Amino acid sequence: MHVEASVRPKLVLNTDEYRQITDDIARPIEADYNKTWLIAFGISALVAGMGLSLIGWTIWEGIGVWGLNTEVGWGFDITNFVFWVGIGHAGTLISAVLMLFRQTWRNSINRSAEAMTIFAVLCAAIFPGIHAGRTWDLFWFFPIPNTRGTLWDNFNSPLLWDIFAISTYLTVSLVFWYLGMIPDFATLRDRFWKQGKQTASQVYGYLSFGWEGSARNWSRYEVISLILSGLCTPLVLSVHTIVSMDFATSVVPGWHTTIFPPYFVAGAIFSGFGMVQTLLVVTRKVYKLENYITIEHMENMAKIVIATGSIVGLAYTTEFFTAWYSGSFFERYIFINRAFGDYWWAYFSMFFCNVVTPQLFWSKKIRTNMTITFILSIFVNIGMWFERFVIIVTSLHHDFVPARWANYAPTFVEVGIFIGSFGIFFTCFLLFTKFAPVVNMFEVKTLLRELKRPAGIPAVPKDEVPVHH
Amino acid sequence: MKSNLIVAKFWHPERMMDALADVHHKGIPVYDAYTPFPIHGIEQYLDIKRTRLSVAGFVYGCIGLFMAALLMVGVYRNWGPDWFSNVYTPWPMNIGGKPSLAWLSFVPISFELTVLFAAHGMVITFFIIGRYYPGKKAELLDDRQTDDVFVVAVDGDQVIQHEKIMDIFKEHGAFDVKLTA
Repeated sequence: MHVEASVRPKLVLNTDEYRQITDDIARPIEADYNKTWLIAFGISALVAGMGLSLIGWTIWEGIGVWGLNTEVGWGFDITNFVFWVGIGHAGTLISAVLMLFRQTWRNSINRSAEAMTIFAVLCAAIFPGIHAGRTWDLFWFFPIPNTRGTLWDNFNSPLLWDIFAISTYLTVSLVFWYLGMIPDFATLRDRFWKQGKQTASQVYGYLSFGWEGSARNWSRYEVISLILSGLCTPLVLSVHTIVSMDFATSVVPGWHTTIFPPYFVAGAIFSGFGMVQTLLVVTRKVYKLENYITIEHMENMAKIVIATGSIVGLAYTTEFFTAWYSGSFFERYIFINRAFGDYWWAYFSMFFCNVVTPQLFWSKKIRTNMTITFILSIFVNIGMWFERFVIIVTSLHHDFVPARWANYAPTFVEVGIFIGSFGIFFTCFLLFTKFAPVVNMFEVKTLLRELKRPAGIPAVPKDEVPVHH
Repeated sequence: MKSNLIVAKFWHPERMMDALADVHHKGIPVYDAYTPFPIHGIEQYLDIKRTRLSVAGFVYGCIGLFMAALLMVGVYRNWGPDWFSNVYTPWPMNIGGKPSLAWLSFVPISFELTVLFAAHGMVITFFIIGRYYPGKKAELLDDRQTDDVFVVAVDGDQVIQHEKIMDIFKEHGAFDVKLTA
C-alpha cells in the first residue's frame, strides 16, 4: 500500500494544467538559438576540440607525452576515468533507486541526471582506451575469438570485469534514458506538426518510434520501467564496486583495503550529486524551469550531498584508523605519507572540499541559496577529483623500496585532455538541453493531480474546459 | 488506425476514468484509451492483463547468465563445436598458481551479462510486441493525445446502440464524441 503525507510541499509550482507543462518544457526546444547558448556551445566545442587533438597527439606520439613514470603508472588518466564514472552514478541513483523508493520528486530531474550519466560515462570510457597505449589494439580488451595464438582475456582480472561493467552500464543507461524520452518525443512531434514545422516533426516522429500513448502500451511501459530500475539499482552499485576492485584486489598499500567498494560507491553518488547540482542550478535558471525543478528539489539533493559526504568523511577516517590498527609498517607509512607527504596539498584539498564544506548544507539558508549551492557543488567536484588523484598517486609514488620513489607531475597534454573531457561533456549536455526535453514531461504531468477519487463515483466538476482553449 | 471507432475525448483524466468505469460496468468492451501519461488503475476497465514482460526479463537474464558461464568456462575448457575447438587451443590460465576455474572471480562478469541480457532483451521485446520501431508513423485519434487530451475508443463493430454509448460518454463530460469513418 502506498501512503503519502498530505502536507508534502507541491512538486510542481504555479500551474494546474497539463498544457502549461508541455509549453514550459518545450519552450527551449522551440525557441530560436539564443546567444548565451551559442557562446557556451562554441566554447565547449572548442575545448572539446582541444582535448580531442591532444588525444590524437597522444595516440600519434605514444603515452610518452604524458608525465607518467615507472612508479606512477596511473596518473591523470585513471583519475579522470574514476572521476567521470563516479559522476554518472547520481543519474542512475535518481532515475532508478529513487524510483524504487517511490520518491516522486525524482520525476522532474531524472531526465537531465540520466543525460549527465551517459555523457559522463562516455567521457570516462575515453581514458582506459587511451591509457593502454596502443589504441588500435583496443579490441584485445574484449573476449573475441581470435587467431593471435589464441589469446583470451583473463577473466580473473578486475580490469576485465570493468570492461563488462562499464559497457553494460553505458548501454543499459542509454536504453533506459531513451525509453523515457520516447513519449516526450511523441509530444514534441505532435506539437511541431500543429505549428507547421514539418521537418522538426518528422525528426521527432522518427525518434518517437510512433508512440501514441495507448493504455495497453503504457501498462507494459510502466512494468518495464520498474524492472529496468530494479536491474539498474544493483548494476550501478556493481559498477563502482568493480571500479574500486581495480585497486582493492591489488597488493599495493593504500589500495588493498576491503572498505573500498562501499567507500567508492558513496563517493560516486556524492560526486554525481555535486555535478547534478552544478548543472541544474544553471539549467533551471537559464531555461526558466524553477516551477519544475523547485527549491525543494535542490534542497533534497543538498541533503543527499551531506549524507554521502559524511559517509566519505567516515571512510577517510576509518582508513586511517585501520592503517594504525593493522600494525603494518607500510600501511601506516602510506597513510601518513598520503596526508603529510609530498602530496599533502592534494589530500587537504580533498578533505576540505569533501568533508568540511558540504557540512554547510545543514543550514536551510544555504540549501535554499542557489549561488552558494552552486559554489559548494563546484567544491564537491574538485574534492572528488582530488580524492581519486590522492588514492592513485600517493599509493604509487612511494614504492616498497625507497630507491624506487618518484614523484608525478602531469604534462600539458594530460591536463589538456582532462579539460577537454569537460568540453566533450558540456558539448553533449548543451546539445541535449537544446534538442531534447530537459524535464520528463509525462512523468511531471502525473504529479499535477493525484487521481484520488475512487473510480466509479460520478462527479461532474464545473470547470469543464480549461481556460486556455 | 482501425475504422468505425466510437471516439470520446476528455480534458480530465478523472472524468475519463469515471466514463470508463461506467462503460465497463455496463459491459461495453473498450478498444483502447490514449493518454499523455500512464494512468494507474486503467487496466481493469480495458481488461488488460498484467504483461508477462517481467517473465521474459527473467528468462533473458537466465540466458545472459548461461552465456557468461559458457564464455568463461568455455574459454578455459575449450568447449564448442569442432570448427571452433579445432582452431583454438584451450586456454587454462595459470596466474600465480591460482585455480583457473575460480568461480568467485566469475561472479562480476556473470552478473553484468545477466543484467545486460535481461535489460536489452526486455526492451527489444517491448518494442516488438508494441510494434514500435524508428520512423513508424503514429496513428493518432487526436493530435493532442500526447499533450493534454484523454481519448477513449470503443470498437463500433463490437457494439450495437452506438448512439447510447456516445451519450454515456457525453454524460461523463467528454468534450467531443464521434464515430470515425
